[in-house]
Amino acid sequence: MTTRMIEVMVGVFVAIGLAALFMLAMKVSNLSDFNQGSGYQISAKFENIGGLKVKSPVTVSGVRVGRVVGISYDSREFNAVVHMQIEDQYNDFPMDTSASIYTAGLLGEQYIALEPGAETEVLKNGDTIDYTQSALVLENIIGQFMVNMTSE
Amino acid sequence: MGPSGTGKTTLLKLIGGQLRPEKGVIRVDGLDVHRLSRKELYALRKRMGMLFQTGALLTDLSVFENVAFPYREHTKLPENMIRDLVLMKLEAVGLRTARNLMPSELSGGMARRVALARAMALDPMMIMYDEPFTGLDPITLGHIVDLIRRLNDALGLTSILVSHDVEETLSIADFAYVIAEGKVADSGTPKTLAESSNTWVRQFLEGQTDKAEQLSERAKDYLDDLMGEKRA
Amino acid sequence: MLNALQHMGHRALGMFERLGRSALFFLQVLISLPSVFLRPRLLIQEIYSVGTLSLLIIMVSGSFVGMVLGLQGYVTLAKFGAAESLGVVVALSLVRELGPVVTALLFAGRAGSALTAEIGLMKATEQLSGMEMMAVDPMKRVIAPRFLAGAFSMPLLVTTFIAVGVLGGYFVGVGLLGIDSGAYWSQIQSKVDFYDDIYNGLIKGVVFGIVVTWIAVFEGYDTVPTSEGVSRSTTRTVVNSSLAVLALDFVLTGLMFGI
Repeated sequence: MTTRMIEVMVGVFVAIGLAALFMLAMKVSNLSDFNQGSGYQISAKFENIGGLKVKSPVTVSGVRVGRVVGISYDSREFNAVVHMQIEDQYNDFPMDTSASIYTAGLLGEQYIALEPGAETEVLKNGDTIDYTQSALVLENIIGQFMVNMTSE
Repeated sequence: MGPSGTGKTTLLKLIGGQLRPEKGVIRVDGLDVHRLSRKELYALRKRMGMLFQTGALLTDLSVFENVAFPYREHTKLPENMIRDLVLMKLEAVGLRTARNLMPSELSGGMARRVALARAMALDPMMIMYDEPFTGLDPITLGHIVDLIRRLNDALGLTSILVSHDVEETLSIADFAYVIAEGKVADSGTPKTLAESSNTWVRQFLEGQTDKAEQLSERAKDYLDDLMGEKRA
Repeated sequence: MLNALQHMGHRALGMFERLGRSALFFLQVLISLPSVFLRPRLLIQEIYSVGTLSLLIIMVSGSFVGMVLGLQGYVTLAKFGAAESLGVVVALSLVRELGPVVTALLFAGRAGSALTAEIGLMKATEQLSGMEMMAVDPMKRVIAPRFLAGAFSMPLLVTTFIAVGVLGGYFVGVGLLGIDSGAYWSQIQSKVDFYDDIYNGLIKGVVFGIVVTWIAVFEGYDTVPTSEGVSRSTTRTVVNSSLAVLALDFVLTGLMFGI
C-alpha cells in the first residue's frame, strides 16, 4: 500500500463517517424541519394543557401547520398560555378559529388541532385565539361518569 | 565481561539513562547522566549509539528506512543527502545490497549489522554493544568482531562492549572489567587479566568448570537428593 | 483462609497500582498529543490501520443489528397494532444505545486488541527501548498517534454503524415486512431529536473511543515483554474495554436521559 493509497482510503473512511452523520441529521432526526426562521406566532390560553409539550405539532384537518414553541403560566388569569409558531404559508385563519388539545393514537402524544371559524379578519403575528378546549383529563371524565351514574 | 545475569545489560541501561541507580554517579563526557533534564538527556543520547542484543530494528520499516530513521527524526536533511548517508553506513557494515529487505527477512547477524549501521548514523562519540557475539555462526562472528574493532579505530569512537564471550572480546579489547555478583572482580588489559591474582577471574577467562576437589562433595549431595535420605 | 485474604488484598493493591499507572500514562499521552500534528503522515497511517480497516466489520455488523431490530421490533409491535412505529424503535435503539455501545465493543475487539498486540510486541522486541536510545520519544512517535487515531475514528464508526443499521431496519421493515416506507421515515423524523438523541449518541462515541483506545494503548505499553505477556495484555484490553464501555454507558445514559 503506497502512502498515496493509504491517504485516499483514510479520506474515504472519513467521508463515509461524515456522510453517515449527515444522513442521520437529515433523515433520522427532526433537524430538517427545524427551520424556526419563517413563521408567525400566535397564542392560546387553556385551562389544562394535559401532556402537551414544546415542539408538539399544531394541525388543521390533520395536516401539520406549525409547532408549539413555548408554554407558560398566566398568574393573573390562572390558566396556561401556549405559544405556537405557524408556517407563513398558512396565513388565513379567521379570528374566531378554535384550538383544542387532542391525543394522537393509543400511545398518547398530544397535539393542538385548529378549527377555522367564519370571520373575515385573519390571525396575525401576536394574536390570541379566544376559543379553546382544554385537554381531557382522565380522572375528571371518570369522576363525571360516576356522578352521572349515581344521580340516575 | 561476566557470567550471564550479573547485570551487564543493566549497566548499559544505566549509562544510557534508561534506569536510575540507587547509589552512585554515572558521568558521560563530563555530564552526570541522571541529573540531566529530559531534553539534555535526549541530546546526550543522540551522541551515543546502542546496539541491542536482538538489533531492535523497527519491524515495520525496511533496512534502508531503519538506518534513515535517525536522520529523518533528528535532522532536516534533504532526501537525497539522507540516501547517500544511509548507503555509506550500510556499505561500512557490508550490507548495501540488503537495503530493501525487511527486518524479518534478515538473519541474526545481518540484523545486528544493520543495527550497527543505524547506531552509527549520527556519528556518535561512543557505541555500546550488548552481547553482540551471542548466537552467531563462526564466520559472521569473525566479521562482527573485526567490524567493531575497525569502526572503533577508523572513527575514533569509544566502544563499550558487554559480553560473556571471552575469547572474542579479549581479542579486540583495549581494557576490560570482569564483573561478578554485582562487583568488579578485576580489571586490566587482556594481558594483565590473564595473570590476575583472583582465581575465579582466571577460571572464568580460561573457561574452566568446577575443580576436581569440589567434585566429591557435590557427588555426595546429589546421591542424597536422589535417594531421599542420608547414606550411612 | 488467611492466605486467600492476603492473596486477594495483594490483587486489589495491584489493581489500584495499575489504575494509578494508567492515569499517569494518560496524562503523558495528552501532553504528547500536540507533537502528533507535526507528523501528519504518521497519524494518517494510524487512522488507516485503526479506522479504515475496521469499517468493514462495523458496516456488516451494523446492517445485521439493524435488520434484527427490524425483525424483532416488528414482531413485538405488531401485537399492539403499532407496527408503523418500527422506524422509531429501530432508530432510537441504535442512536441512543446500540450504535455507540456495539461499535465500541467491536472496536475494542478488532482495533483495540491489534493496538495492544502491536505495541506489546514492540516492547518485547526492544524496539521501544531502541527508540529511546536513539533519542526518539516512543510516547510521541508510537503511542500518541495511535491514541489520537483511535479517538478520532470511533465517532465516525459510530455514525456509520447507526446509519447502516437504520437502513437495515428499513430493508427488513419496509422491504420484507411491508410497512409503509413513508411511515418509517416520517415517524423517525418526528420522534428522534438531533440534540437529545444523535448528539448524545455521538458524545458517547467520543467518550468510548477515548476510553477504549486509552486502555488498548496502555496495556500494550505496560506489557510484560514475553509472548505470554503480550497474549495476556491483549486479552485484558478486550475484557477491560468491554467492561468499561458497558459501565460508562450506564453512567452516560443516566446523565443524558435523566434519572
